[in-house]
Amino acid sequence: MERIEQIEEQAFTELDKAGTADAIDTIRVHYLGRKGVLTGLMRNISQLPKEDRPFAGKKANQVKGLLEKALNEALQRLETAAQASEDRLDVSLPGRATRTGSLHPVSQISHQICSIFSGLGFDVAEGPEVESDYYNFEALNFPKNHPARDMQDTFFVSDDIVLRTHTSPMQIRFMEKTQPPVRVVVPGKVFRCDSDLTHTPMFHQVEGLFVDRGVSFGDLKGILTAFVHQMFDEKTKLRFRPSFFPFTEPSAEVDILCVMCRGKGCRVCSHTGWLEVLGSGMVHPALYENVNYDPEQYTGFAFGMGVERIAMLKFGIDDIRKFFENDIRFLNQF
Amino acid sequence: MKVSLSWLEAFVPVELELNELTEALTMVGLEVEAATDRYDYLNSVFVGRVAAVKNHPNADRLKLCDVALKEKSVQVVCGAPNVTEGMLAPLALPGTRLPDGNTLTKGTIRGEVSEGMLCSEAELDLGLDASGIMSLGNDLPVGENLACALKLADPVLEIDLTPNRPDCLSIIGTAREVAAIQGRKISVEPVDLSESGREIDTYTSVTVEAPGDCPRYTARLIENITVAPSPPWLQNRLISVGLRPINNIVDITNFVLMEYGQPLHAFDFDQLHENRIVVRRAEAGEKFTTLDTKERILAEDMLLICDGEKPVGLAGVMGGLNSEIEDTTTRVLIESAFFNPASIRKTAKTLGLNTDASHRFERGVDPETTPVALDRAAQLMLELAGGTLVSGVIDVKGQLPQPPTITLTAEETNRLIGTDLKGHEIKHLLESIDFHVKSTSEETLDVTAPSFRVDIARTVDLIEEVARMTGYNNIPRTYPLVAAETRKASKALTERDRIKQIMTGFGFTEAINYAFMDEGACDLLNLAENDDRRLFVKILNPLTEDQTVMRTSLIPGLLKSMHRNYSRQVKRVELFEVGKVFIQKNEQGLPEETEVLGGILSGSTSPLTWKVKESPFDFYDMKGVVEGLLNTVNIGNAAFSALPDDLCRYTRPGHTAQIMLGNTLLGLVGELRPDVLKAYDLKQSAWIFELDLTRLYSLIPDFNQAGVIPKFPATSRDATIIIDRAVEAGCILDYVQGMEVALVEDAAIFDVFTGSPISEGKKSVSFRITYRSLTETLEDEVINKLHKEITFKVIKKFDAGLPE
Repeated sequence: MERIEQIEEQAFTELDKAGTADAIDTIRVHYLGRKGVLTGLMRNISQLPKEDRPFAGKKANQVKGLLEKALNEALQRLETAAQASEDRLDVSLPGRATRTGSLHPVSQISHQICSIFSGLGFDVAEGPEVESDYYNFEALNFPKNHPARDMQDTFFVSDDIVLRTHTSPMQIRFMEKTQPPVRVVVPGKVFRCDSDLTHTPMFHQVEGLFVDRGVSFGDLKGILTAFVHQMFDEKTKLRFRPSFFPFTEPSAEVDILCVMCRGKGCRVCSHTGWLEVLGSGMVHPALYENVNYDPEQYTGFAFGMGVERIAMLKFGIDDIRKFFENDIRFLNQF
Repeated sequence: MKVSLSWLEAFVPVELELNELTEALTMVGLEVEAATDRYDYLNSVFVGRVAAVKNHPNADRLKLCDVALKEKSVQVVCGAPNVTEGMLAPLALPGTRLPDGNTLTKGTIRGEVSEGMLCSEAELDLGLDASGIMSLGNDLPVGENLACALKLADPVLEIDLTPNRPDCLSIIGTAREVAAIQGRKISVEPVDLSESGREIDTYTSVTVEAPGDCPRYTARLIENITVAPSPPWLQNRLISVGLRPINNIVDITNFVLMEYGQPLHAFDFDQLHENRIVVRRAEAGEKFTTLDTKERILAEDMLLICDGEKPVGLAGVMGGLNSEIEDTTTRVLIESAFFNPASIRKTAKTLGLNTDASHRFERGVDPETTPVALDRAAQLMLELAGGTLVSGVIDVKGQLPQPPTITLTAEETNRLIGTDLKGHEIKHLLESIDFHVKSTSEETLDVTAPSFRVDIARTVDLIEEVARMTGYNNIPRTYPLVAAETRKASKALTERDRIKQIMTGFGFTEAINYAFMDEGACDLLNLAENDDRRLFVKILNPLTEDQTVMRTSLIPGLLKSMHRNYSRQVKRVELFEVGKVFIQKNEQGLPEETEVLGGILSGSTSPLTWKVKESPFDFYDMKGVVEGLLNTVNIGNAAFSALPDDLCRYTRPGHTAQIMLGNTLLGLVGELRPDVLKAYDLKQSAWIFELDLTRLYSLIPDFNQAGVIPKFPATSRDATIIIDRAVEAGCILDYVQGMEVALVEDAAIFDVFTGSPISEGKKSVSFRITYRSLTETLEDEVINKLHKEITFKVIKKFDAGLPE
């Protein structure tokens, strides 16, 4: 019995020291081989007294099993270690490249604007980019030969067809087809005959319209404040100031405290401390007359914003023309 | 519109600080864009006392002066002959930007330090005298800022007026708003005129032949005037608002224009044939030379001011060269009129002539100011040009616009703007801006706008005034309750976003090009003369020559974008664009707008890395993108086939596929022709694709129905056949699939080979067919037999051989 325990201890001690497959094999042969120590011992169990035999047999088998397992594990460890030292990856090398593109910054911002309004319960609709004078001007309360038309430098296709100067024609088109309540935003391209650091002949707008019973200027302030807080940040200060658009009355420009200088005055805000981001106002009753809504029952507001302008503020872009050069290095930054 | 603070103060004392004033004006709708002072450059110029004058040790003509300021004294080298001890003179310190553009620095002149400069009138742009330094008398406080000491400081507000507020296109109009902000009223001194001699009727007459275009024409006549330069105070007023002084008569008309907002005209009475005025419409093609010496060709709806024989002025726009005030003029006829706004606007617009006068007339002047401004001008002329005023005034008056009386209730006001105002509060707000208000009940008001508020026509105009005077920032912010009712978004909106995202996932970057192009782009693409893409939407007033029409294809824009990248050493180009193309199918009406997805690919699949060799893109990269896109949007059965060579003239014959879904043409994919690349100055192969999204959207299924995922194993068998080179390998697959053998799961080409040992004009094509049953594991014998049958059919169908 003691002999078995002695052999066990001895075998495991030797195994701990064995560093090569050969050494391990030597141990195996020495103890478990045909002429091995443990094998010999087990062969001699029959010579033990009868009452000792079962216990000794059991113990010898147990040791044999443990030793076999330990030998195999040692061998396995050795092999894994050998493999690992031979076959190591240089993980600092770059991965196999996947090609990645990006959405245009104007698309991203336009999408974000529409998403915010979707969340506020607005539908999204789109309209034609080449538009009739009626929808672009007349129905929006810009009479012919009215100075308000000077507010927008227009590209003409003919006397009564223009490239839309704003997304506002969709106010009329949408109301013509839909009974109130109306809540809709309209993203799209618009065109003005103008080109410099802050103007391109084509740019993008998102228009909004909300008409229902009992909609007030206070609601306009609420909804647009909610929008600005989501688009910029909840601490953004904003102010509403009187302005003029033929299709809204009262009309308001929405300014936010300059995101660059926090109101101190800088080049971006022309030293006023404020940035104009939205035009808005209560829908002019003349529009309801044009689409057969009853102005006694319904009121509403409309708003519009330039997508590039917001993108320039958010991404820190100083020249609007960069949006349309399509320099891949520029586009992939966003 | 420019307004100087001192001029405003002639009508209302300004109690607010400048920054408060600009803020307050902006918040009542008169957006102040800037507040500038044209004497800002005098900020570092002070009243200096010349304390001591010594000779310059190294220069005979120069003097060394000690100039005392408030607390310090500086040494200045001065060459002026009139510098004397004890005199007061302007001292400019280093940093002063002089009107000639130079910035003063501390310097050393002939070895002596000069810490400033004593200036002449001319050097400071305060007069013409350049002979010596400017003497400031004895009374000014030493050390005081010169602009303050001379009371020159005068901030000028630049106001960006909206077109509905012509009443503020004048100093008095702006003063009214300032007064309202401060809770005051303006005060305008009444005009007091002394007339003499014969009645004006005995000198002249005014005949208005077009009363609709000219509802009011007033005139006065002054004799024995002397034309001379205006006095400095008048010149200064004009310069402060950006006008150039000319002579006293012209300056006075401009002064009154700015003061009252009423454009005036002064005629040399002796140049008027028969000494009379006729207001009539022009004849078509009539010629007239305006003050700016340009000959204008007139249309028949333009209004003319004529004498007894010929036109002398383009009514409300610009005077004529032939009756201009000259130095020798002694008799002046002053015109003050009210012209129809639309008529003036049309004339000014047609002639491209925007003047201070037309700007005001087309927006609407105050019909009641017509005679007031006339008298004001007469008064100033008598004061400043001498002369005598002929008795009486001519006032030809027709139908003038009358301000309507509008009923306004507190209820409708509060409903629209979300306030809780009482009738008397509304009354107070409107009265503060000179509206006449009569309460007919507690909450109902009858409101009449003052004559200068020509923009007020209906109830909502009044509500806007109430909102404006309440202050938008004082209107409470509310959040509307929104019914949870929405409409389903259009397929275009949902699918477009998805398609764009997929394209970026494939490595493509989204481009946005202008929706314009130039007509020549179609020639560069070799489009046929009768191609629809030559049916342009033409722009009548393009900004540049390459933006003359709306685009009929995305390809020119993508090529330009590629060129821009290529010329900036970005050689790998993977761009896509989603946008509309515009085809003018009918001669009139709106064009057809079709949404298209276009892409361009050029360069190498990846830059050279340790893992991947640089390998150039080819047709199958571009085709793979299109296939991947269509598969992802669940259009799995689009067919690609060779496009007949003449159908697309900008892609290479034999390197272009059309994309069909059933009988619907979705688009094409192909390599750009070398001549097209050359036309865009590109030296690198490029592939494009175009997909008609307007068609595609409707074909994208909302959902795919779930199918059965097979449990039993698949087995595949290969075959290689030799066929004519012209046969499209894809046809073999289509043919195999077309047999609709239930056990055939898939068929794919895995090798195509031409060249030896395959004989000329032939190619070997290897394909693999995958067999699977949904109900059992197939036996080899079954598959072998089936594969043999199919291969045999293919051989027969395509007249194929087998490899040797």
